[in-house]
Amino acid sequence: MTHLLRTTAVALALGGFAAGAATAEPLTVVSWGGAYSKSQVEAYHKPYTEKTGTEIVSADYNGGLAEIKAQVESGNVTWDLVDVELSDAVRGCDEGLLEPIDASMLPPAPDGTPATEDFLPGTLTDCAVATIVWSTIYAYDATQFGDTKPTTLEDFFDTEKFPGKRGMRKTPKVNLEFALMADGVPADEVYEVLSTPEGVDRAFAKLDTIKDDVIWWEAGAQPPQMLADGEVVMTTAYNGRIFNAIAGEDKPFNIVWDGQVWDLDLWVIPTGAPNKEEALEFIKFSTDTQRLADQASWISYGPARKSSVPLIGSYHNKPDLAMGPHMPTAPENFENAVQNDFEFWADYQVELNERFNAWLAQ
Amino acid sequence: MSQSLTSLPPYAGPVEKAWYVIFRVICAFVFLFLIAPILIIIPLSFNAVPYFTFTSEMLAFDPAGYSTRWYEMFLTDDRWMNSVKNSIIVAFFATLLATFLGTLAALGLSRSHMPARTFFMSVLISPMIVPLIITAAGIYFFYATVGLTDSLLGIILAHTALGTPFVVITVTATLIGFDQSLTRASAMLGASPSTTFFKVIMPLILPGVISGALFAFVTSFDEVVVVLFIALNPEEYTIPRQMWSGIREQISPAILAVATCLIGLSIALMTVIELLRRRSERLRGMTPQ
Amino acid sequence: MAQATVDELQGLTTADGTPLRQALHRAERRAKVRAFLLVAPLLVFLTVTFIYPIAQMLFRSVHDATIVELLPRTAEAFPAWEDRTQLPPESVFAAFAADLKETRENRTIGQVATRVNFEEGGLRSTFTRTARHIDDVEDPPSWRDWLIEDNADWGKLDTWAVLERLSHPINALQYLAAVDLEYNTQGEVVAVPPERQIYVPIFVRTLWMSLLVTGMTLLLGYPIAYFLATLPLRTSNLLMIMVLLPFWTSLLVRTTSWIVILGTEGVLNDILVWAGILSDEGRIQLIYNQTGTVIAMTQILLPFMVLPLYSVMKTISPSYMRAAMSLGAPRFLAFWRVYAPNTLPGVGAGALLVFILSIGYYITPALVGGRTGQMISNFIAFHMQSSLNWGLAAALGGILLAGVLILYALYNRLVGVEKLSLG
Repeated sequence: MTHLLRTTAVALALGGFAAGAATAEPLTVVSWGGAYSKSQVEAYHKPYTEKTGTEIVSADYNGGLAEIKAQVESGNVTWDLVDVELSDAVRGCDEGLLEPIDASMLPPAPDGTPATEDFLPGTLTDCAVATIVWSTIYAYDATQFGDTKPTTLEDFFDTEKFPGKRGMRKTPKVNLEFALMADGVPADEVYEVLSTPEGVDRAFAKLDTIKDDVIWWEAGAQPPQMLADGEVVMTTAYNGRIFNAIAGEDKPFNIVWDGQVWDLDLWVIPTGAPNKEEALEFIKFSTDTQRLADQASWISYGPARKSSVPLIGSYHNKPDLAMGPHMPTAPENFENAVQNDFEFWADYQVELNERFNAWLAQ
Repeated sequence: MSQSLTSLPPYAGPVEKAWYVIFRVICAFVFLFLIAPILIIIPLSFNAVPYFTFTSEMLAFDPAGYSTRWYEMFLTDDRWMNSVKNSIIVAFFATLLATFLGTLAALGLSRSHMPARTFFMSVLISPMIVPLIITAAGIYFFYATVGLTDSLLGIILAHTALGTPFVVITVTATLIGFDQSLTRASAMLGASPSTTFFKVIMPLILPGVISGALFAFVTSFDEVVVVLFIALNPEEYTIPRQMWSGIREQISPAILAVATCLIGLSIALMTVIELLRRRSERLRGMTPQ
Repeated sequence: MAQATVDELQGLTTADGTPLRQALHRAERRAKVRAFLLVAPLLVFLTVTFIYPIAQMLFRSVHDATIVELLPRTAEAFPAWEDRTQLPPESVFAAFAADLKETRENRTIGQVATRVNFEEGGLRSTFTRTARHIDDVEDPPSWRDWLIEDNADWGKLDTWAVLERLSHPINALQYLAAVDLEYNTQGEVVAVPPERQIYVPIFVRTLWMSLLVTGMTLLLGYPIAYFLATLPLRTSNLLMIMVLLPFWTSLLVRTTSWIVILGTEGVLNDILVWAGILSDEGRIQLIYNQTGTVIAMTQILLPFMVLPLYSVMKTISPSYMRAAMSLGAPRFLAFWRVYAPNTLPGVGAGALLVFILSIGYYITPALVGGRTGQMISNFIAFHMQSSLNWGLAAALGGILLAGVLILYALYNRLVGVEKLSLG
């Protein structure tokens, strides 16, 4: 039957309406959409196409390994390159869903430092090459709250002092960390506390205090929209999305960096990608010092290479808006920050998701 | 003849009069509830600013409050246009296939000799009843193993399966009033089976076939759950899939422009169906008086 | 009836001498085959593209060969583990160590770890970490001691009990999980801790919301169906458009419009604020919750209630009620005792159809359900697309499908599938 269906597929494709009848193999690059994808298109895709003539198809997804897993298991991989979070890069590598990438083939820094030393510690893994450091923060509508503005994570959970709806991502990840820090757990002990059943109870108890005021979002483009529409007065968000709403659309939003949870985005190649060699070339091109610095002038995510930092300029259409201070890694923003612990989440995601879903449903 | 139930007799008392008014008000509200959500989108799609509510300029009928910018955005966006193209291709082939298979099956089901008719009928109707998420999940795994994800062909086959129940139902319905002696008469007068089919049966069931086809078309044009699972690349996105991304991520009023276009399409299709239904009833002498 | 006719014809023959009974039988059989052949193409098509895929998907809910395939030696060694109150014998540990080395080489350890982690949170890293260490170890005196030394989890009975349960490729673990049950260390089936109980409440909520939607559509649909059925045809045809247009309009379009209407900054709230009923700060949350979902679903499914009601009411002669009233019954009593019972077939058909369609709803709850409006379909999608626990998705789907098919059979019995009308 499989054979029959394939034959039919071929016959119909010859008939001329099955999609993707390959012409000059474009590279399919999948990322998170919105302002973030745009920054990649401007900084990586366009110069790459200009240089090599290879066309790049940019597609959006909402993270996770579902699509990659489905493609790899069916042996019908159509994505060449995917932008993933660290925990997915590690899990996907463990499950054999991703091609191993030899980090030593990456171009060295302009001063000759090898790539393996130039990248920030922990940003190169067996199957992935990091491009940016991003962060989950919370932001608020500056036209609200009169003179006293929120400045700490406690304020986010304080609906008496700062009344109004909150936006939060519909996942336990980061929310539990925020809840614990707002409850007084120091940043460097968050995962230690969260590994104990009491710690989890404590985090959920803290979330309980604002449960009725929360509107849950799922896609990264939603929080700035929700703030702009007045659906919420403050919301957790990816820092770059909020920055772009401020810089690009002159929205009156403010970011609170206290207790930011930072993470990496990395390039990975699904096992059996149709244009693996080209994808590797693209990774080399897009993660060189200049390209990473270029991306930072389109969105406020920090480059994963040390040598890119001095090259960071100003916002692409506002020469007087220096990007440096808006990076998650800028010293004044980084005072009270936590790195997302991918190992913790890989272990407890299932259990905590279940509990989180049960909690949501109550 | 039904006057006595909806208009009041002259001797009606005050309670009946009050009830008569209340009943009509209730009905008016229900009709409003049904239709308002659809109509409200139309003016909002001409909003000059990216909000989903009536601005004061709009309420004052100030031309500056209105614009066709969202339609331009829709019509000039490659992704939207690509999804329109995909939707048309998928719906066209799915309709063709579903109509062919469904009409054949309906002809079989309507024969008095059909064995286990109720059982087969319920199996053939089941794609309409089984929750879409289950259909989508099953198709997702199956297509993954035979390599049909990420192709319009896969979507066409899935939509064909979802569209056939409508064809089966509508064609069977036109055949209920069908007088079997007509085929015998035709055969006795020397017509071959194919002549009988095309000259006698076809004209009678045609309205059912066409309305079934339109139902199948709309089903495909509207379906998003299966596409959500099997179209992994934006190149295969259909209009509803593109709308889904839009609603989930960035609700821009362009969605409302698309929605308005789809409403226009629904009205057109509905009109065709209604005309066909009347024609069919007239042909079979079933027009209710 | 056909049988009786055939009996009467005994003894007669056709022109060529065949007994008539036999000839008729043959003709009838041929007619049956011909009728069936017309249905066959669609039947085959649906079996391949619809029935088989669903069956194959549901099979995942009871079948999972991850452990048997990836840890074959361990699975084979488990029968040697007899005393379940003690750790397994050294042979199991040794087999496991050999398997683990191989999974590390084949890069399949992640699949094992992920599967185990679905059963017992935290075991994933136990597996991946030990696999990383085991590479350079060559036959220690006791694998058991080495493993427990490497990670204390290997000294826990639970770890091995989980692995043993998963080593049976056919098991009911996913169905247990789908009704909030699990095995404890002693191998007994117990309820999961209350804070993790989720699917039973979600099934209950799904039923409750579907009932609510069915009730609402009946409440709203009955008056207008009655109204339409009693109006002169010309007027009712015109008003019928109001019922049919929503029926023909894209589901996503209608859901979008509800987002536009019910949002806190939406049309309805704006009107209420403008009319002075609400203050600008006091806008009410009507969407992204259960209320919004039920409202939207009611509007979307209303035509499915009105159409069967209307077609039944159309056949009820108005003279029944006139007769009752002329015999002295007040209008309401006449309606309740004479007219309403006659509409019951329509009520049954509409209610069952709406209920069947509601319990499998996915799109509307996903877009406007927020926290409290999610239904079981949304959780199936979650496990399909996010958690990748496909076995659990299949088990939840299996339960949902069973429910729907029972209702469908009921519908068939009470209403008859051939009565499904489409306007």
